[in-house]
This record gives sequence, structure tokens and C-alpha cells, in this order.
Amino acid sequence: MNPLSKKTSTPLISAVNLTCIREERLLFDELSVEIYPGDIVQVEGPNGSGKTSLLRILSGLSQPYDGQILYKNEIISLCREEFHQNLLYFGHLSGVKGEMTAEENLDFNLALHGNKTQESLAYLAKVNLSGFEDSLASHLSAGQHRRIALARLYQSNAPIWILDEPFTAIDKQGVAGLEQLFSAHAQRGGCVILTTHQDLISIKPAQVKKITLDYSYL
Amino acid sequence: MTLKAQSTQETENLTAMNGNSVIDNTVLENAAPSSQPLSYRRAFMLVLKRDLTIAMRHKDDIVNPLLFFVIVVTLFPLGIGPEAQTLSRIAPGIIWVAALLATLLSLDRLFKSDHLDGSLEQMLLSPHPIFVLVLAKIFAHWLITGLPLILIAPLLAVLLHLDENSYTALLLTLLLGTPVLSLLGAVGVALTVGIKKGGVLLSLLVLPLYIPVLIFATSAIDTAALGLPYSGQLAIIAALFFGSLTLAPFAVGAALKVSTN
Repeated sequence: MNPLSKKTSTPLISAVNLTCIREERLLFDELSVEIYPGDIVQVEGPNGSGKTSLLRILSGLSQPYDGQILYKNEIISLCREEFHQNLLYFGHLSGVKGEMTAEENLDFNLALHGNKTQESLAYLAKVNLSGFEDSLASHLSAGQHRRIALARLYQSNAPIWILDEPFTAIDKQGVAGLEQLFSAHAQRGGCVILTTHQDLISIKPAQVKKITLDYSYL
Repeated sequence: MTLKAQSTQETENLTAMNGNSVIDNTVLENAAPSSQPLSYRRAFMLVLKRDLTIAMRHKDDIVNPLLFFVIVVTLFPLGIGPEAQTLSRIAPGIIWVAALLATLLSLDRLFKSDHLDGSLEQMLLSPHPIFVLVLAKIFAHWLITGLPLILIAPLLAVLLHLDENSYTALLLTLLLGTPVLSLLGAVGVALTVGIKKGGVLLSLLVLPLYIPVLIFATSAIDTAALGLPYSGQLAIIAALFFGSLTLAPFAVGAALKVSTN
């Protein structure tokens, strides 16, 4: 996507003058960013610099101290239903229930976000969980939990993906698959906002926008 | 070998996605074809089914509050003495206070585990209105804890020599009153779910709210024992039920948003 077309299209999601204060500590101040279709945005910064806080604010889970989040130039609290239909948030916690099987977990997650559930077995196969469909999630490993939650990415038609440390506990092969999925999503006109401490291997650095949070000097 | 095969299959799938980028582009711009139209009923049933499935696989959640209820009620005859007259006088109060405590004991589960594993966040981010999801969770909680209490209460009433005329009143007050306990309790849990050790705070918040239900329920049962009409008390409990049914889900939704902030 060339820079010219970006300017003419509306940003999918934009932050205006965000300020975030946690425990009387200023994490970021006057942060403004516009994210367009096709963007892959990596939020960087040391531990405790407010990466998760920023992603939670962008997804509408937390309220900023000051500033606003806009979805297609509209304040998100005024278009909650539409915004949430177009948003996929993947947090630190995978939201996988130990008492349910892998397939039940994925089906619930898909249906909760208004997606169809017919092909969930195929998506589990894509995250290398074939054979585990009927295992209770409590019998699976941490990485497999994350994979159950990440299987939703394969089905998702939401253009905005906000992913907090998606590579945690995922093996090398899985990381490569996810990176390919991210570039494919960006090419389809979606945007990916993620935090990770690893460098993205298969995505060219030129394709990745970076937001660096480091207000430790304040 | 199999691993290799899987990985090549995966890349094939991905290249297929890339190849279709023109078609897929329209998919992302407009409402997705693979998504279902939102319906309150479907969202309600979805969450209800999930919570009941989890409870069925985690049976202590059903059995523990029930056993607690039975044990608390049986302690009173042991402590006070077995005279039928004294017991039948205090039976309504004992059964109702034990029901309050048993409900309180089970409330924590309503949102705590969902909060700890992140599924609460996902529910808050779903396009469905929060009050529908919350109402489904509260209904599931009542089915798991309130309903068994109602079923076992007549048996305990026999144990406490409850007056014969009072059985209908006991069942009716429990039927109308236990949903109120679940609904009001949910507001308290939603407010304390983000606090690490919110258990005591929860009881301090919720128990005072249960007082009106307790007063009118026990008064209805006492009146019934005298053979007098008790429809007035029932009407007030019904009013409490409908009031909390309409307002509590919104309060819970707002409280959950604050708690996860």
C-alpha cells in the first residue's frame, strides 16, 4: 500500500492525546497515533513502560486518564457494537476454560464474537491441535492454551487485531506461522497492533511501524 | 516427517489467503459474511450453556453450598435442643439465614474464575450487550445454587418441625427470594472481582442488601403458620425480584467495566 492512498483513507483506529497514569506514575503523555488499513504496528518499550496499558486503552477495556480513542473517526463508546464487531483483542490471559474441551472453548469464543462455528475443527488443525479437540483444556500445556485462543485469528474477519504478547509460549514454527498470518491480514486491509519482545523475523522492518514507550526519564 | 507435512500445508493455506487478497479485501471492508447476525436470545443461551457445562464438570460448585446449607441448618437443633416448639418458632429464620449464607458462599464463583483466566475481558469486548451476558450468568448461578436450595428446603423444614401451614409459604418465598439473592449478589461480586482478597468485603457489601428479603420472607412464613393471608409479603418480595431483575444486570455491567479497568 503506497503512502498516498493511506492519507486519503480514514484511519481504522486512532488515539488522540492519550495520557495514562498508573499508581501515580505517568506512563505516557499526549500520545497520538493513527493506524490505517494495512499497518502492522509494534509497540515497544521495557517492562512496565505501559505497553499493555496502551493496548487495553486502544481496545476500550481501560479508560485513559485523558484523551480519546476513535474508530473510523468516531468515539468508540458511541459505536461500541460496531467497534467490537471489528475488533479482536488477545490479552495476556488466553480466556480458555480448563473445564471445557479445546473445541468447546474455540466454539464459544467464536460464537461470543458473532462468528460461525462450523469449521472450528479446521482452525484447531491449523494451530497444530488436531487430535486434542476433545481434550479438556486443563489437561493441555500453556502453549496449547494460547494456541486454542489464537485459533480464532484464522477465522476472524475483524480488521483490527490488538495482540498483547501473542508469541508467549508459542514454539518457533508457530511464531513463523503467526507472522505470515499477520502479513496476510495486513495485505487484506486489516491492521495488527502487537507487543512483543522478539523481533519479527519474516516481516520486513520497513513494513512495521513502531511505537516506542519510554518515559522512564520523567 | 509429519511435522514437515503440516508446516507445508500451513504455508499453502497462507499463500491461498494471499492469493485471494482481492476478494478478501471486500470481506474486511464490509460486514463479514462468516459472522452471524447478533441476537439477544442466542447470546443468552450461549453463555447459559457454557456456565452450566462448566458447573456440571466441576461438581463441587453445586454440592458444596448445598452441603453447607444442610450442615448449618442441622447445627441449630444440636445447639438449641430438640424441643419441637422452640424449633418450629425459629425454623423460618434458620432456613432463610442459612440460604443467605449458602448463596454468599457460592457468589465468588460467578465472575472470579472468568476474571482470572481472561474470559471476562473477552465477554466485555464481545459485540453483544453486556447485560444479556450478565443476565445469562446470573440465571446459570441461580439454577446451580438457588434451585437445589429450594428442592432440599422442605426436607430441612421437617427436621425443624416447621408448621404444616407454612410449607407453601416457605417454597414460594424461596422461589421468589433466591433469584433476588443471586441478582443483588452479582452486583457485589462485580464490584469486588478486581480485588485480590475481596471475600470479606463482599459479605459486608452484600449481606445488608439481603435484609429486606429476609424480613419479608420470614414474616410471610410466620403469618402463614398463623393461618393468615401472606400475599402482601409475597407481593413485596416479587417487587424486589422484578426490580432487581431489571436493574441489577445494568449495574453489574457497569461494575465489571470499572473492575477490569
